[in-house]
Amino acid sequence: MTLAAARPLSRVGLRGIPGRRLRRWTAITSVTLFGLLVMGAYLMPLGYMAATSLKDAAQMSEPGAPLYPAKPATFSWQGQDYPVYNVPTAEGMRRWAPVDPRREDATFIDPAHPEAGPIEWQGRWRTLEQAWEFSLALENFVTVWNQINFGRLLFNTFAIALIGTVGTLLSSVAVAYGFSRFRFRGRNTLLLLLLATIILPVQITLIPTFAVFLALHWTGTWLPLLVPHFFANAYNVFLLRQYFVTIPREMDEAAMMDGASPLRILTSIIVPQSIPVLTAVGLFHFFWQWNDFFLPLIYLQGNADLQPLSVGIAGFNALYSQKPTLIQAAAVMSIIVPVVIFFFAQRAFMRGIVITGVEK
Amino acid sequence: MMVTLARRESLWGLAFISPWILGAFLFTLLPMGASLLLSLTNFDPRYPDAIQSVGLDNYGRMLTDPLVIQSLGVTGKFALIMLPLTLAVSLGLAMLVNNPRLIGRNVFRTLFYVPMQIPIVATTLIWQGVLNLHTGWLNFGLGAVGVAGPDWLNSAFWVYPGLSLISIWGTGNMMLIALAGLQSVPTELYEAARIDGAGRWAQFRNVTIPMVSPVLFYNLVIGLIGTFQYFTQAYVLTNGRGDPDNATLFFNLNLYREGWRYYDMGYAATLAWLLFVIVLGLTVILFRTRSRWVYEGGAR
Repeated sequence: MTLAAARPLSRVGLRGIPGRRLRRWTAITSVTLFGLLVMGAYLMPLGYMAATSLKDAAQMSEPGAPLYPAKPATFSWQGQDYPVYNVPTAEGMRRWAPVDPRREDATFIDPAHPEAGPIEWQGRWRTLEQAWEFSLALENFVTVWNQINFGRLLFNTFAIALIGTVGTLLSSVAVAYGFSRFRFRGRNTLLLLLLATIILPVQITLIPTFAVFLALHWTGTWLPLLVPHFFANAYNVFLLRQYFVTIPREMDEAAMMDGASPLRILTSIIVPQSIPVLTAVGLFHFFWQWNDFFLPLIYLQGNADLQPLSVGIAGFNALYSQKPTLIQAAAVMSIIVPVVIFFFAQRAFMRGIVITGVEK
Repeated sequence: MMVTLARRESLWGLAFISPWILGAFLFTLLPMGASLLLSLTNFDPRYPDAIQSVGLDNYGRMLTDPLVIQSLGVTGKFALIMLPLTLAVSLGLAMLVNNPRLIGRNVFRTLFYVPMQIPIVATTLIWQGVLNLHTGWLNFGLGAVGVAGPDWLNSAFWVYPGLSLISIWGTGNMMLIALAGLQSVPTELYEAARIDGAGRWAQFRNVTIPMVSPVLFYNLVIGLIGTFQYFTQAYVLTNGRGDPDNATLFFNLNLYREGWRYYDMGYAATLAWLLFVIVLGLTVILFRTRSRWVYEGGAR
């Protein structure tokens, strides 16, 4: 051991195994540190959101205010409240409260040691900087909750996304099953047609569809957002079909011999074997509909009681864009459910991305 | 017997796909035809009975409408700035989370993906604050290194880089697709390049880029189609006004305003067709010129 320690460091570092390991560790450390730096910059907006949502409105307009949520520090002494300032002294910066401020000098009390008594200080107290102390303004969330009737919006969003997901799963599974297990004339042509509708921009059918829903008096209700999903979505059908055709037919055929109907084969053989792809399609559709903004905007305009979060929060922003603390509180409240579900269902998501190749 | 079996099979098949057939007819085919017809009228949803044919007037108006020209310019300009940035950043992030020297790669992948999971409206609200001239953290950061940050969202010039930052934040999907591309590059190629004396940059330039060009191309096509659908961010930031100076009057925002602010739905239907033709045209051009962008190895 003493021998090893006595060996010249340069030889170990350059030629020996420890040298290679050292270089490897340097590379790992530098890449990981770089990664953390990039990650910090990338997720910085989330930090901004969280910090701002917890700030008092007054802190936003105060130039010297810290980035974290804080309020001006105060100190009560002999029954009176005093502000606390950062006071430069010979021993460095001190946080003192001016109990007797005068023009060119002042008497301070050190809030940390009030028993030490008054401290005389030379200088203009008006040039001193306000001291801050950490403080969370949780009332922003209460304000937003009441202003936009958050509970209602959350319920609406959840209900719309859930019903739409059920609709698209039921119908798309049936259609995908039809395309993957039955032969009929024109099947390939129809499948091509189905694929072609994927690239069609929604705008192209938007206005006549809107006119029809208007004529049916469905605008101002959820029906235009829900009913079309019960007629299968081309993209979901495509993904499900790709999966269904990989399921071996032997089990279907055996069940058919036993007299099972095609519907029964679907529910007891195909569906149980397709849980991963069903989860992926369901999750992606759920959050697509959860986040959708354009369709609820045009169909539920003016009907605040039925709107989902996306439209409600955007409307709130239009009214309160001068109050960033409330806006960021609203942002926090609207991301919490999707982000929490994402972290819990992370593996299903990542597997889903692999299965689907791309999220819609 | 055979005939009846085949017949039964085809009936079952048609029964199962009938929701789509009905839906495609009701919600796609019929509306497409109707949309073409509506584009020849002055249809106003408030007075549906007053609908009148206006011939090709809407199309003539579209060609000289300064707002249409403005919105096409805005969309094109944004695409030229945002698409290269998102493609480059997503590839860079993919290379980072693919680096074997990075500890906790899966955690990094997940965290880089998180912003994708945030609703676009919330994303826009967050960035509206981050990009604020006085209180936003981006300008705080720039100020800390001695750069005076611009007024991102209220400058007709800086708003495009500003919106591009928002798009970069939603690049998690592109990153995962690029990552899949990176992981499919055979390591022998890098070994062969190293033996030939290629440095890091030469390996990146001559191995990585050509090998991942198919997925970059895919990301480009999806991104380009997405740019012409761009709406929510622009709408939420300015409540649909297109500020500053119509610099965020994206094509779809203009279409929305014609249809749902001015109730000129005949004209909006005309704009929708223009959008369709442009998107289709660009997609066809990209695929026709695919061989110039994409390296296709001998295998294809």
